[in-house]
Amino acid sequence: MSKLSQKHLLGIKNITREDLELIFETAENFKGVLNRPVKKVPSLRDITIANVFFENSTRTRLSFELAQKRLSADVINFSASNSSVKKGETLLDTVNNILAMKVDMIVMRHASPGAPHFLAKHINANIVNAGDGTHEHPTQALLDAFSIREKLGSLAGKKVAIIGDILHSRVALSNIFALQKLGAKVMVCGPPTLLPKFISQLGVEVELDVRKALLWCDVANVLRIQLERQQIKYFPSLREYSLYYGINKKLLDSLKKPILIMHPGPINRGVELSSDAADSAHSIILDQVENGVAIRMAVLYLLAGANA
Amino acid sequence: MQKKLILDTDLLDITISRLCQQLIENHGSFSETVVIGMQPRGIYVAEIIHQKLEKLVKKNIPLGYLDATFHRDDFRRREIPVKANETRIEFTIEGKQVVLVDDVLFTGRTIRAAMDAMITFGRPKKVELLVLIDRKYTRELPVAADYVGKAVNTLSSQRVLVELEAQGHKQNKIWLINKD
Repeated sequence: MSKLSQKHLLGIKNITREDLELIFETAENFKGVLNRPVKKVPSLRDITIANVFFENSTRTRLSFELAQKRLSADVINFSASNSSVKKGETLLDTVNNILAMKVDMIVMRHASPGAPHFLAKHINANIVNAGDGTHEHPTQALLDAFSIREKLGSLAGKKVAIIGDILHSRVALSNIFALQKLGAKVMVCGPPTLLPKFISQLGVEVELDVRKALLWCDVANVLRIQLERQQIKYFPSLREYSLYYGINKKLLDSLKKPILIMHPGPINRGVELSSDAADSAHSIILDQVENGVAIRMAVLYLLAGANA
Repeated sequence: MQKKLILDTDLLDITISRLCQQLIENHGSFSETVVIGMQPRGIYVAEIIHQKLEKLVKKNIPLGYLDATFHRDDFRRREIPVKANETRIEFTIEGKQVVLVDDVLFTGRTIRAAMDAMITFGRPKKVELLVLIDRKYTRELPVAADYVGKAVNTLSSQRVLVELEAQGHKQNKIWLINKD
């Protein structure tokens, strides 16, 4: 099959393993395109895409915009901070007004979990979830899995530890779904206050000791401490977090084994990851960013194709 | 379903040899020539031609594969989108003479897309097209091949089936199939 089973990319939870494989294969070909002298193909030249961001983003938004431009789509950008949303316009009204200008696809980031799912029920356009609150961030999970697959060959049987703030992380949830669908074993690790209470029901292992987690895994996906989502104190201080859960080069070297270090960015250097670890040979953080554009090209291309 | 044999193993051998000789006539030492096979099926023809050419001219000739999926004009107009394949061109085509190779020339749309895809790698001095089977009277664009294995009169409703050993078939055979 060369067609996705879905019209939207709302989350990893509801897409199939075949969809994942198709996205990866297509992304491989787009990665080839990105290494040509002319890094552009005309596939989406008759498509207009709106990037609707109700929450801040640098990487994801730039990556989406670049992917859209490499596919020759027309792009409009919308951010809530300088729009009529401030005047009290509802989400549905805002999006319907954008669609009235003949837009075919919406890439949305929103602070409320389920916002893109709500939109998918009410409007007639392809929707790509670029992060909804603490729920899912599907393209990040896709590019993470793609990057691991690229380095280790396959996900089947590989052990991946997700370390840090699992409670507030949409990256963690999407990653768990994607990795499990591809046959990897998943562990989450962090301070008990930052682990969701029933997380083990998703079939993941739970570990409180970061060194044990690192010894267990082939790949460590280190998450950012989301300072903006910590209304109450989940740990005494950043210094203490860094002491117990921070990963540095000394710790990695003491494992005496190959390990890949990933981070979805932005890194709080010196908190969850020290500079010498983030810039070490273990780190594939910049590969993740590079692959992000190819993965997003694949998603947009396949969704546009599924529409025909 | 009626099947008619157009080319068998022996005839195909002779045809390929002739195509190689024609290429040598026009390209001489092949110092400025590269061969590019079209994905997905033209690459097998390109490999056969390339192997024979290298034997005849006794030197290495660059061989690449080109996928034109992302440049097709029927994207979003087909029920099922075409699946992309690997593009591998590990040499420069800037200023080179390119021989594009495909198995069957039908509407000409794939070749149009291929030329678009190719120039994203540079500006060749000259581009020529080699096809094993040229289906006459079915062209939708002004595209013609420079080297033709065999020209066949076909209807749009018919299909040309190329079976090559390189693709895992027992023998090299090319069929014309009536869909009824």
